[in-house]
Amino acid sequence: MNSLSRRKFLKISGATVVTAAALAGSAKTIVNAAESFSKKKGLEIIPSYCDLCFWKCGLLAYVKDGELWKVEGNPKDPLSNGRLCPRGTGGVGAHTDKERLKSPLIRKSERGEEKWVEVTWNEAFDYIAEKMNKLKINYGPESMALFSHGIGGSFFKHMMRAYGSPNETAPSFAQCRGPREVGFELTFGDVVGSPERTDIENAKCIVLIGSHLGENMHNTQVQEFSKAVENHASIIVVDPRFSVAASKAKYYLPIKPGTDIALLLAWMSVIVNEKLYDVDYISKYGTGYEQFTAEVSQYTPEWAYIETGIDPEVIRETAREMARYKPATLVHPGRHATWYGDDAQRSRAIALLNALLGSWGRKGGFYVPYSYSIPKYPYAPYPELKKEPLDNPNGKYPFATGEQISTGIREATITGKPYPIKGWFIYATNLIQALPNREETIKAIQNLDLMVVVDVIPSEIAGWADVVLPESVYLERYDDLNASPFREGFVGIRQPVIDAPNDQKPNWWMAKKLGEKLGLGAYFPWKNVEEYLDTRLKLKGHSLEELKKEGIIKGESQPIFFEDGVEPEFLTPSGKIEFYSNQLADAGFDPIPRFTKHPEPPSGYFRLLFGRAPVHTFSKTQSNPLLRDLFSENELWVNADLAERYGLKSGDKIKLKNQDGVVSDPIKVKATERIRQDCVYMVHGFGQKSRQLRSTYKKGASDAELVTQYKTDPLMGGTGMSVNFVTFEMEV
Amino acid sequence: MNELLEITTTRNNPHVDPSMGMWEWQIPVYLFLGGMVAGMMIIAGYFLFTGRHKEKNCSCFFIPIVSFVLLSLGMFALFLDLAHKLYVWRLYTTIQFSSPMSWGAWILILVYPALIANILIKPAKWMTNRIPILTEYSKKINEHPFLVKNIGIANMILGMMLGAYTGVLLSTLGSRPLWNTSLLWVLFLVSGLSAAAAFVHLFAKNKYESELLAKADNGFLVIELFVFVMIFLGLLSSARPHIEAAHLLLSGAYAPVFWVFVIGIGIIVPLIIQLLAVNHKVSHTAIAPILVIVGGLILRFVIVSAGQFSHWFNAHLH
Amino acid sequence: MPRYGMVIDTRKCVGCQDCVIACKTENNIPEGYNRDWIVTESHGKFPDIQMEIRTERCNHCSETPCVSCCPTGASHIHDVGGVVLVTHEMCIGCKACVEACPYDARYIHPDGYADKCTFCVHRVEKGEKPACVSVCPTYCMHFGDLDDPNSEVSKLLQSRKWHVNLPDAGTKPNIFYLV
Ligand code: SF4
Ligand code: SF4
Ligand code: SF4
Repeated sequence: MNSLSRRKFLKISGATVVTAAALAGSAKTIVNAAESFSKKKGLEIIPSYCDLCFWKCGLLAYVKDGELWKVEGNPKDPLSNGRLCPRGTGGVGAHTDKERLKSPLIRKSERGEEKWVEVTWNEAFDYIAEKMNKLKINYGPESMALFSHGIGGSFFKHMMRAYGSPNETAPSFAQCRGPREVGFELTFGDVVGSPERTDIENAKCIVLIGSHLGENMHNTQVQEFSKAVENHASIIVVDPRFSVAASKAKYYLPIKPGTDIALLLAWMSVIVNEKLYDVDYISKYGTGYEQFTAEVSQYTPEWAYIETGIDPEVIRETAREMARYKPATLVHPGRHATWYGDDAQRSRAIALLNALLGSWGRKGGFYVPYSYSIPKYPYAPYPELKKEPLDNPNGKYPFATGEQISTGIREATITGKPYPIKGWFIYATNLIQALPNREETIKAIQNLDLMVVVDVIPSEIAGWADVVLPESVYLERYDDLNASPFREGFVGIRQPVIDAPNDQKPNWWMAKKLGEKLGLGAYFPWKNVEEYLDTRLKLKGHSLEELKKEGIIKGESQPIFFEDGVEPEFLTPSGKIEFYSNQLADAGFDPIPRFTKHPEPPSGYFRLLFGRAPVHTFSKTQSNPLLRDLFSENELWVNADLAERYGLKSGDKIKLKNQDGVVSDPIKVKATERIRQDCVYMVHGFGQKSRQLRSTYKKGASDAELVTQYKTDPLMGGTGMSVNFVTFEMEV
Repeated sequence: MNELLEITTTRNNPHVDPSMGMWEWQIPVYLFLGGMVAGMMIIAGYFLFTGRHKEKNCSCFFIPIVSFVLLSLGMFALFLDLAHKLYVWRLYTTIQFSSPMSWGAWILILVYPALIANILIKPAKWMTNRIPILTEYSKKINEHPFLVKNIGIANMILGMMLGAYTGVLLSTLGSRPLWNTSLLWVLFLVSGLSAAAAFVHLFAKNKYESELLAKADNGFLVIELFVFVMIFLGLLSSARPHIEAAHLLLSGAYAPVFWVFVIGIGIIVPLIIQLLAVNHKVSHTAIAPILVIVGGLILRFVIVSAGQFSHWFNAHLH
Repeated sequence: MPRYGMVIDTRKCVGCQDCVIACKTENNIPEGYNRDWIVTESHGKFPDIQMEIRTERCNHCSETPCVSCCPTGASHIHDVGGVVLVTHEMCIGCKACVEACPYDARYIHPDGYADKCTFCVHRVEKGEKPACVSVCPTYCMHFGDLDDPNSEVSKLLQSRKWHVNLPDAGTKPNIFYLV
């Protein structure tokens, strides 16, 4: 694996290694265990940070007479600026959700039948520890894999490393933003990261390719986007669907799905041929530009028109528009990038277009983030790993850097190669909806000796578990510190503002208790999480008490643009922006992105596209009473003319059948002019089938269920999922 | 603006979305009973005024009792509709001049004494048996013909007010284009009179009255038709929402009920039957009056329901 | 005396419903009811489409059919800012006001009284902005005194093009939409 990349990854996540010596002195601080909230009278306002998605906006929770009233943004927080997104505002519903898991459960019949016995925490931990110890003896610790999403997983990651397993993954890489990070890293030597380092606010021209900001509510991005709209930024939206963002755009390009690379190449050819690029920037920081020009200049807008269906004149005009505002032109890298299996190359093309415009490191383009890094807890060193991670055997996907491939672990679980995986520990990620081809996931699950799910609701994946551990929601617990790399350095705290309603417990407590049962007590030297957090904060000269009060502590401000004095640094092999990538050429890939045609839907079939609604995150918020109230089931967007041809009206219910004969649950049609005729669209995360989560049961249809095909990105193992075709089944 | 193609709203309030349906069966029932009672009060008042109470079997004796019962039923329906029932007394701690519903509350307060006074002119046997003093009162009233006349006048005036108010109530709610016509009160008044005439005709024992009521009813039905024409002409010559509202009844979703039940079965058919009857081509039967009464009830349902459906937004949707 | 109103920039609104949820938590609106909501209106044929997204609520009109029809005086105009309010303990739940509002902005609360947007007077009287205004992640909503020519809202109305909803209904609404 690419060691350089690993290093950079560590750099942006703000980790610093601290020796145990630094611990002296600080460990003595004793912080009182959380007092109960329910007895308090009057209004209390407590800062914390949000968990409705991974953005981690700072919030203020209002607790009135011991009851949670509302949550608002924390004005001190640079991510939210005092305003949460709809999901964050609806966070109250995560606490009040009546369908939450209430006590630990152990499976009592076949996997997936959702029949349980309620047990005590002690019984649950005993059960898990016994199995994990057995696995360690029989197969080695690496036979356990951790799937974890969000910051709440950090204590479980620690537990797993202490236990001795190197296998730890999240669908956020191979099913989401992985290709983007790889494409950018190959070009600029660094990833886009999360929160994205996009300077939308100052951009004068914004190009969105399939990103539906406004429906996708990553708070800071939407706030900045709105400012850009107010400042009359020129917005170019490329999307097969007339998105909300498209309604704000100067140019809307209704592209044929699967042809984005052709458009990107044509844009670059216009910019190259008309010499509209940032000459200084390229000559200073670029390499391989000659080969790049020679290849790219052949892709005329006329050529791209045939593929994309976009008028060559519009391609020219929009390319010139981008050049007009350079370097303050941001070609947005997107986030969910796993579409067609050539996604890393598409992301690289986006990176190259940005490079031509000189926007990387520049105001109105991409800023250089930094984080207010808080030293790690000075744990004893982890046991030496006996085996390498198995997600990517023999570097099959040579550029899968930094993070592990979830579907790789799934495959190894099925095949038992290169070594067997016998246990899954799953934290807060509904793999049933997140991974493509559900059948494979279930097949892998059937191979397991142990499957543990930690969640707040009886999610679909919990339904398959042997042991389900109910977690308290974010408003009821501490989590690790958030020091995301951003425009300014800051650290935010998540702290409990209200008691958990039943026997739910925080993840740190579970990790510590289970760790102790596993004989890993030495890795949990702290008494409670307060002591852990305080220790870390003290190492930076702060204290838990201080952070609890403020919610946010900010660092000194620093320049974030080249023009303001940031030293440009490109951690590519050449140390430059690589217009021509030797790394790729050496590995047998296109050193400059090329367009390949993707299969098109057969007649009577339509490409299935999916995206997000502003009030939901993945498949984890559908039961939240506040959010469900506003959006309880998804709709199928069907072009109005197409709908008419099929005799469909808005509100009619139909089922979808995909190319492999998989049939969805009934879904309501939304007949609309706002989409092309060769694709249909739905919001992801619906059509859930956990029988214990009644409020979501078969509400709408699941795109994931229909994603039986996926195309693996040969560079990094990402799973392109927009390659499924569906047809309408009328009788419901 | 371009042709509007798609409009979506995230609002989903019960009984408001997708179209207004706040008022269900209670209000049309109340409006119908109120209107019919109003008509009966006018008829009874007229009979008293013209001295017909001297006839032994004058309808003016059973009318107030029946009215009392029907109006109370109507008010009970209205009460059932109230969502905040415990606070109903709030109606009588104020009078809101701009609110027909407030006048209505007070008119109802006055209607009851007028009905009771009418009842007292010749209380029924079962009443005097229980409350012997009523005979006393009745005697006193009948000693003064002038008083009887005035009771008649009071009944007519209050009947008019009651009948008109049921229409005004709706027509002041200007946000529902169908109701937004100044002739709605005339329609409801006439329809109330025709239903009342039909109802009394059904039970009248006096030959003369029955004949008179049949003729009067024919007159009311003809006027009602005429008022309908005027209303539609008015709506069709106003703004687009009003035109759409008129079309709701004329050719839209409510057209079948409107044409078949309100106009056909409720007006035309009984009109023909009764015309033949008063000209002695056929004999009087209960058919025509029953059709008129049913038609009047359906009319209220149609107007209340279609009116709620008619809307400033819906007007753009087609 | 001030006349409160809102000026909403439809160019910026993304229809995320944050305002709706903020209203629900701030004012304890029961499940299934909304005091505010999003309307999306689009014209044209794919791909040439114009679309307006706007957040709607009671317009706190200057001509108030919902107040004049109320038989008890429960539905009234507040002393401050011309805000249209309902006194719960005076309302009989006759629904006349719900029928009278051309915007369908009212509903009957499960507890029986007529309810709707209050312009968050309880916040405004403390000098805060309404909950929906202060939560909006696009900063598309502005609240203030329309009678004060120097207020932010008045200035926006002077400098930008705007429309109101259902001008023909004759209600003189006090919520303005910038285009
Ligand atoms: S973007 Fe929204 S859901 Fe995500 S952390 Fe921020 S407020 Fe919460
Ligand atoms: S429902 Fe209440 S506030 Fe509305 S008009 Fe009736 S009494 Fe007045
Ligand atoms: S002003 Fe207050 S009551 Fe009105 S919609 Fe906004 S949050 Fe709700």
